[in-house]
Amino acid sequence: MKLAINIKKITKTYPGVLANSEVSIIVNSGDIHAIVGENGAGKSTLMKMLYGMVKPDEGSIEIFQSTANMNSPKDAINLGIGMVHQHFMLAKNLTVLENIILGIDKPFLKNIRLSKYRSEIKKVMDTYSLKIDLNQYVEELSVGEKQRVEIIKVLYRGAKILILDEPTAVLVPQEVKELFENLRDLKNNGVTVLFISHKLDEVLEIADRISVMRAGRMIDTVNNNNVSKVQLAEMMIGKSLPTPPPRTKPSDKEEVLSVHKLSSTDESGRSIFEDVTFKVHKSEILGIAGVEGNGQKEVVESIIGIQPLDMGEIIFQGRDIKNQGTRERLESGISFIPEDRQLQAMIMDMNLTNNVIIGRQNIDKYKSSLGTVKMKNAVQESEKVIESFEVKTPSTSTIATALSGGNQQKFVVGRELEDNPSLLIASQPTRGIDIGAQALIWEKLRNSRDEGLSVLLISADLEELIGLSDRIIVFYQGKLVKELNAQKVSPEELGGYMTGLKK
Amino acid sequence: MKMKFRLVSLSAPIVALIISFGLSSLILLFIGKNPYETFQIMFEYGIRGKSIVSIINRSIPLYISAIAVAVGFKMGLFNIGVEGQYLMGSLIAAYIGAQFSIITPLHILFIIIIAVATSSMWAAIAGYLKVEKGIHEVISTIMLNYIGTGLIAYSLKTFFDEPNSNYDLPRTTELPETGKMPSLNKFFNIEDLQDLHGFLAIAVLVGIFYYWLVWKTTLGFDLRITGSNPIAAKFSGINPNRLIVIAMITSGGFAGLVGLAPLLGYFHRYTIDFPTGLGFAGIGVALLGRNHPFGMAIGALLFAFLQRSAQILDLNDVPKEIEQMMQAFILLIVVVFYEVIRRFIVKQQIKDASKSTDKK
Repeated sequence: MKLAINIKKITKTYPGVLANSEVSIIVNSGDIHAIVGENGAGKSTLMKMLYGMVKPDEGSIEIFQSTANMNSPKDAINLGIGMVHQHFMLAKNLTVLENIILGIDKPFLKNIRLSKYRSEIKKVMDTYSLKIDLNQYVEELSVGEKQRVEIIKVLYRGAKILILDEPTAVLVPQEVKELFENLRDLKNNGVTVLFISHKLDEVLEIADRISVMRAGRMIDTVNNNNVSKVQLAEMMIGKSLPTPPPRTKPSDKEEVLSVHKLSSTDESGRSIFEDVTFKVHKSEILGIAGVEGNGQKEVVESIIGIQPLDMGEIIFQGRDIKNQGTRERLESGISFIPEDRQLQAMIMDMNLTNNVIIGRQNIDKYKSSLGTVKMKNAVQESEKVIESFEVKTPSTSTIATALSGGNQQKFVVGRELEDNPSLLIASQPTRGIDIGAQALIWEKLRNSRDEGLSVLLISADLEELIGLSDRIIVFYQGKLVKELNAQKVSPEELGGYMTGLKK
Repeated sequence: MKMKFRLVSLSAPIVALIISFGLSSLILLFIGKNPYETFQIMFEYGIRGKSIVSIINRSIPLYISAIAVAVGFKMGLFNIGVEGQYLMGSLIAAYIGAQFSIITPLHILFIIIIAVATSSMWAAIAGYLKVEKGIHEVISTIMLNYIGTGLIAYSLKTFFDEPNSNYDLPRTTELPETGKMPSLNKFFNIEDLQDLHGFLAIAVLVGIFYYWLVWKTTLGFDLRITGSNPIAAKFSGINPNRLIVIAMITSGGFAGLVGLAPLLGYFHRYTIDFPTGLGFAGIGVALLGRNHPFGMAIGALLFAFLQRSAQILDLNDVPKEIEQMMQAFILLIVVVFYEVIRRFIVKQQIKDASKSTDKK
């Protein structure tokens, strides 16, 4: 079998950090090869070197059995390497066709012959069975479709080795399925796929061979058919896979939140969610399941007053809070962990001391009678959060951007639990973070629940949802379609309700 | 650690200054003038006692104007309408202030209140249009500048013109003695020089107040987080519409003070040739000073220095327009360098963070 990539003892250090230490990896041509590891294990550094973005300090890279000396991504592209980044690089106000040819040719004051490109791109799409409407504007595409455009773009530029950086992080389950079908077609046509992920189930589903990295080192490369998820996880973190800790206390009868017949429509009058009624009790985690885009995210956002309601009541601790603003609701004891920590929960260019105040700017702890911010308290609180949630940071005056995703998320969860709220709404609390941070967040959520906290938990990770929740409600097409006992439901059964196959 | 980053950020304006002197030198060479001599004359002229007083006087309205702009900038709101706002405020304050006479401190306070109220109401229109009608504040404030200018010219002639004036052009009645701001010459013991405007004291207070408001209060905190991440700000319970109106009114309030330095200091009335352009100049000073009260003070003094020292150039047969080019060079270059430095600091912090992660 031919070798697509042969990396020999490659080392890269940044000041104070050994990002890659004597990493070697062999990728067979025509394989789907996964590289797994926690955040910060060195996967991205390795890929950056392979794509010519960073030069290694030591070691060599061979592409298709000849030594490659790359100084920029351009060199990598010429060698047949293409990369699909996690964040897409597309111009949304151009069509798919225009996006694909963007940057290929530089005709100066010359007509671009779209028809010529169109037929060439069509040929590529036929070869690899990738379907997309070339005339559609990119802004009209779903996330999965945008990703497909990126893949076509790279293939059209002649890539024989495709690097996908955490491609499933942004996709909903059906889109993941489609992506995997596409990847298999690519493989059958001789394309080598390098798949970077930390989702072990997906890796086991798609990859032929799997390389595991940890702390800048290559731990091992194994064939998919003789490795289990547990073994992989152990290689990744050096210990066994965490599961949500068990409940120590049954839930209370007392109702903390009860919503009644909530309905909301968008600007064009289409229903986002309709007739939603449920209750959350003290010391209870109510899980909300649903494929993304079925209204569940909007329902929880309506509880804190971000999503406007057409109808319904929201009773929190015996009072209807429907007419209160977001600020009053947050201050009355509701905490919110939004699904996107960088976009919705943190101010990335502010330090942690400032970030601990976000969402509680006006409570007495942080606001003096003069209207000034009590910075001393903020420093203390951020230190407390850093300590109890094991946030790895040089100090409280470090800006949020400088932290890894897992540490950012631990900080956000810690901040939201700091003031002993009565209700916590947690949207995807462990999405895209490493296993260590995930285990810690699970433990903290479970402990808080046992101490009396009510939690509304939205998660796309069904094992997390089943493991943590007491009850689970399922959303499908904007409606609450089913309530399940979390102790008795299997992921398969839950998936059936989520996709509307079971009723 | 923080100190280190501060020093690094300070290098941006210095580098920008050096480069813009370099570029201006090239242009001077191109038109056949000796750059070294030109800068030497400018500098020597600029540091004379008379020039220094003039520079400080010029910098006062520039500084306050920059603060007005910066309040908006801090929350990502672009108030391009400081120009119209301060002219409106100055006109109304000049007119009403000339109608009565009470003891000086109260009289001046009263004029200040009228100017601030008028300007912030004028600015509030743009806030309302943004919140209720979704009209971008850049468009609305620019349009309000035009409307304001027209309205001022019309009403100055029709309503506010001095009765029985023997002066050809329309102007308001002169402020009574009690409405004139005393100069600070006695205080600084420089009675041989021209007037150093008393409004300097107000400008210093305004700078301190601005710092307190933006960096110390929760309102300022809300402004800053909305400026960096409006979505997270909304999730944190901030009502963005309310904050837009508050920020616009606050910005307009500061704008109201801009015209008072010339009005109370030496014009003492609103005339057709009342100083214009201060609102636009303030945008540049805010950019240069990075919305920081101290940085903007330096920026205002620098621009005032360039303006003043350039006056000697015509006498030496060098076109004084070179000074405006220099201001533009400085602004262009400084914006680029601030971004370079910002990225550098972020990178540095990421490195520091990964180092500490390594240790643990």
